[in-house]
Amino acid sequence: MKRSLPIFVVLAALLVAIAVANPYFLDPPAFLAFVKRAAPLVILAAGQYFVIVSGEFDLSVGSLVTAEVVIAARLIDGTAAATWPVMVLLIALGLLAGLVNGSVTTLLRVPSFITTLGMMLILSGAVFLWTGGSPRGALSPQFRELGRGSLGPVPWSVLILVVTAAAAIWAMRADFGRTLVAAGDNDRAAALSGVRVPRIRTIGFMISGLSAAVAAILLGGFAGVSAQVGQGLEFQAITAVVLGGVVLGGGRGSVVAAMAGAFTLEALFTLLNLYGISGALEPAVQGFIIIGAVALGAVNFRRRRPAVA
Amino acid sequence: MTEQIKVRRVPAGGSILQRLSGDRPARPVYLALALLILLGWLLVALDGGQFVSLENIVGIQQRSAALGIVAVGQTVVILAGSLDLSVAYLISLNSLVAAEIMAGGDGAVLPGVTTVLVVSALVGLVNGLIITRLRVHAFIATLGVALIIRGLLDQRYDGPAGSVPASFLHIGYDRIGPVPVSALLWAAVAVSAWFLLSRTRLGYRIYAVGGDAEVARLSGVRTGRVVVAAHVICSVCAGIAGLLLVSRLAAGAPTVGTDGGYDLESIAAVVLGGTALAGGRGGVAGTVGGVLLLAVLDSVFNQLEVDSFAKDVVRGVVLVAALAIYARRRRTA
Repeated sequence: MKRSLPIFVVLAALLVAIAVANPYFLDPPAFLAFVKRAAPLVILAAGQYFVIVSGEFDLSVGSLVTAEVVIAARLIDGTAAATWPVMVLLIALGLLAGLVNGSVTTLLRVPSFITTLGMMLILSGAVFLWTGGSPRGALSPQFRELGRGSLGPVPWSVLILVVTAAAAIWAMRADFGRTLVAAGDNDRAAALSGVRVPRIRTIGFMISGLSAAVAAILLGGFAGVSAQVGQGLEFQAITAVVLGGVVLGGGRGSVVAAMAGAFTLEALFTLLNLYGISGALEPAVQGFIIIGAVALGAVNFRRRRPAVA
Repeated sequence: MTEQIKVRRVPAGGSILQRLSGDRPARPVYLALALLILLGWLLVALDGGQFVSLENIVGIQQRSAALGIVAVGQTVVILAGSLDLSVAYLISLNSLVAAEIMAGGDGAVLPGVTTVLVVSALVGLVNGLIITRLRVHAFIATLGVALIIRGLLDQRYDGPAGSVPASFLHIGYDRIGPVPVSALLWAAVAVSAWFLLSRTRLGYRIYAVGGDAEVARLSGVRTGRVVVAAHVICSVCAGIAGLLLVSRLAAGAPTVGTDGGYDLESIAAVVLGGTALAGGRGGVAGTVGGVLLLAVLDSVFNQLEVDSFAKDVVRGVVLVAALAIYARRRRTA
């Protein structure tokens, strides 16, 4: 936990900075709205963490999110009755995409960068081939409720986020989490001590696919149907995880820090908006901060070489 | 030591196919290319078209030249164990830099070209220094630099800007017989990179660092400098590709790099050519084959008038299947 301290300091500083510019930010409604906006990215980052900590990449989540939203719109097409079956189907599709990613990577030994790059091409191509080039149909109000509605004062997406976070933390504390980290740190050593590395990595990919499905359900509700809904999300999720101090290549970092990384990224976007930095310069500032944060993290981590945590 | 890395054991027995492709990583991609050309020729002929026409051959070369040049640079960084995701935005930036400066007329061509190459080299230097000095993973470092360039582009440009003199358009449009000038430029870049990688000290060091950076360091290679040099070479290649694209568009465009998907596509071409993503193994010859494979695939689809979305699906499948086959060979060889 010690090693992930920097990200919490950065996150706290950003939140304070936002609160200074906008005093209402820390009031429950405004803060919950912020968490709601951040929820999809945080969930994606949590899923991506399971892949990265096991030593792999998942570049397919962005197009998976787009594909799921487009599929949902086409299948539901405004009818309320279709909502729940389609949601189950979306979850199953997410798990399936993860299963394919994981199997191709571990059994056929294709580098995960390429496997998931291929999956990205296949998913985006196949979905638009099916819908004829642009999204068709519409989501039902029931479907959109999860992304934009709330239970009393608390948005549904915040509740889903809390459940996801609890599940992720629980999974990382269980045997599964330890073996996953062991596989990422040194897969040979893990295999020799009895870990079934291919299986455990595949489960990591399936968790990432599942998180993409959940994020797609929230984003579809929050932002509606578009062909760009998932664009660039894979890079944002990876950036968030790395901001949280998780090392690309696997074996180091905590899932809580990865989620904090996603919150930090979202807080950064909010802050840039508040201070009126024009939309155009936003990526540039983001680029500087990502490089700076990771560079600082690298310097810190070299000093204390911690054991796997 | 580089020799040790490059030498591969060939199984004594095995099928003809195995013996043909067993010793050099570049072979299978040319085998696949030959098969694809044959298949494409058959399919297009059945469809009532003509595949081996002058127009089509010139088209394939022109389409692949820009990607080919970027991919040659990408090969160099990947061999060094790194990776460059910033090339797409760098190409856009270069196209604008070139077109803005060359708007002055014929006399401004040389300053334009020089500026582009200098800007590219600087970006490569920054990439390399962030990776080696600040110890940021190449994926994040070059992604961050890509975001920075994108921010600058978004801030300053809404659409195409600048122009180039007519004399500069020759690079993009002229051809000598069936060979376009752009393809010659690509060939020149590829041959220089091949020479660098297989005949010079820096080239051997790039293989050594990509193969095992720690072993290279212990053998006295200054690994940081090698990685920086590889990144400078890669960015300069992106600069040359930017110049080539400007000479075809006749103006700079802030989206020319990302529309072409040069970042991920160049990486795909490199690994299709048999270069290991982890570094240290592979070469330029394979990359050229990989780029041609993608271009021929493209051309077959165009001639058959297949939906562009289907193209993406097939590309994804080809990419993953090719890598699965390479991984198999590596284990059995």
